[in-house]
Amino acid sequence: MLDPYTPVLILGALGVGLGVVVIALSFVIGPRAPSPVKEATYESGLTPIGPGRRRVPVRYYLVATLFILFDIEVIYLYPYAVRFRQLAAPVEAGGQGVGALASMGVFVGVLLLGFVYVWRKGALEWD
Amino acid sequence: MTSAIELVETVVKCAVVIGALLTGFAYATWFERKVIARMQLRVGPNQAGPAGLLLPAADGIKLFFKENILPAAVEKGVYFLAPVMSMTVAIMAFAIIPLADAVRVPWGDGWLRFQIADYNVALLYFLGVTSFAVYGIVLAGWASNNKYALIGGLRSSAQMISYELAMGLSLVGVAMIVGSLSLSEIVAWQKAHGWLVVLQPLGFVIYCVTAVAETNRAPFDMPEAEQELIAGYHIEYTGMRFALFFMAEYIAMITVCAVAATLFLGGYALPFGIEVPWYLDLAVLLAKIAAGMFVFVWIRATIPRLRYDQLMDFGWKVLLPLAILNLVLTALGIYAYENGLLG
Repeated sequence: MLDPYTPVLILGALGVGLGVVVIALSFVIGPRAPSPVKEATYESGLTPIGPGRRRVPVRYYLVATLFILFDIEVIYLYPYAVRFRQLAAPVEAGGQGVGALASMGVFVGVLLLGFVYVWRKGALEWD
Repeated sequence: MTSAIELVETVVKCAVVIGALLTGFAYATWFERKVIARMQLRVGPNQAGPAGLLLPAADGIKLFFKENILPAAVEKGVYFLAPVMSMTVAIMAFAIIPLADAVRVPWGDGWLRFQIADYNVALLYFLGVTSFAVYGIVLAGWASNNKYALIGGLRSSAQMISYELAMGLSLVGVAMIVGSLSLSEIVAWQKAHGWLVVLQPLGFVIYCVTAVAETNRAPFDMPEAEQELIAGYHIEYTGMRFALFFMAEYIAMITVCAVAATLFLGGYALPFGIEVPWYLDLAVLLAKIAAGMFVFVWIRATIPRLRYDQLMDFGWKVLLPLAILNLVLTALGIYAYENGLLG
């Protein structure tokens, strides 16, 4: 038996190989006639002013932080979701009945609470 | 011995899938130009071959013969890494799609499965691998050493991670109903019980909108807004290096269409339990993907680009609450069903 993750590694290796071959081949086939003007940073024909990497709005960091928080919560929902049908079955049938609904409700409720807080604080405003 | 056969089988499968995706990419560009042309009362490509069918090949050859301009200011290593990474990730996401029913063969364990990898965590794999697409774009923006590329890369990454939340949440409903994250089991469930789009209409709509945003397509093609950003994160890329980003975008479109078809529209199976041979299964899936691609193009020809603040507002303030609502409704529905409250 192959390891279940081998196929994906093979696919990835073939993908990387394809990319490397394509770029290498374009260096072999394509003509090269470099000049300082051609190699300048492209800004629609204007001479670039200042460095290419400047300070960026702090909002992007905020979005990234919020994403990590919420995305981890979403990932935690998945194992729960897979088992939800068994859990939601009546107690006599081996489930937890309304208890399953309540515990998932608490989890989603906390997520919602955080979301409302972030919204009220204005973290989602772009201006 | 068995594992050697399996290895060969896997390598062949991977090569065939990559070949199919590249062909799909080439003809997706032709399809898009043709359809948009018709929608704008033009003829579209018609010179290279009958109905312009050789145009993708002509384009590919042209890109190879482009002059190789390597901008002086770029960060060389990362600059080359970014397009390769974008394309590889786009290809890898396709690994989990079941393409047809397994058929009997005289080698290996006796079955040939038309799927590269059948994981019991396939949905998480899909979400995880697609989020890697952000790296290619943000690295390209950073390595280009160009203000517009940097802004384009940042905008794109912020947009993709924002919509990824809603996408992740919209698929939870599917997992709840089927009780599995494996795509082949989800298809089997739909064969027995009907298409999931009937039970998850809201989830399907949210998934479709986020899929357009995740692939950076119009009207969410913010990172490439040419009036503001020239060409966004791939300004400094020419020839085949640019083509790799282009490939990544179209392969990602094909993959999200395939996932939409698999999760919500019955996958490779026909509705009402009609069984067909494996090659017709492939054709059914292909038809569903083509329909999805048509919708992508249709949206691009119809809807103008959103402003960036509107786009972020829409993701966080509309789609995310709707996805949570879908989750709650699905939970209540399953509870009612399991406890016999639906009669």
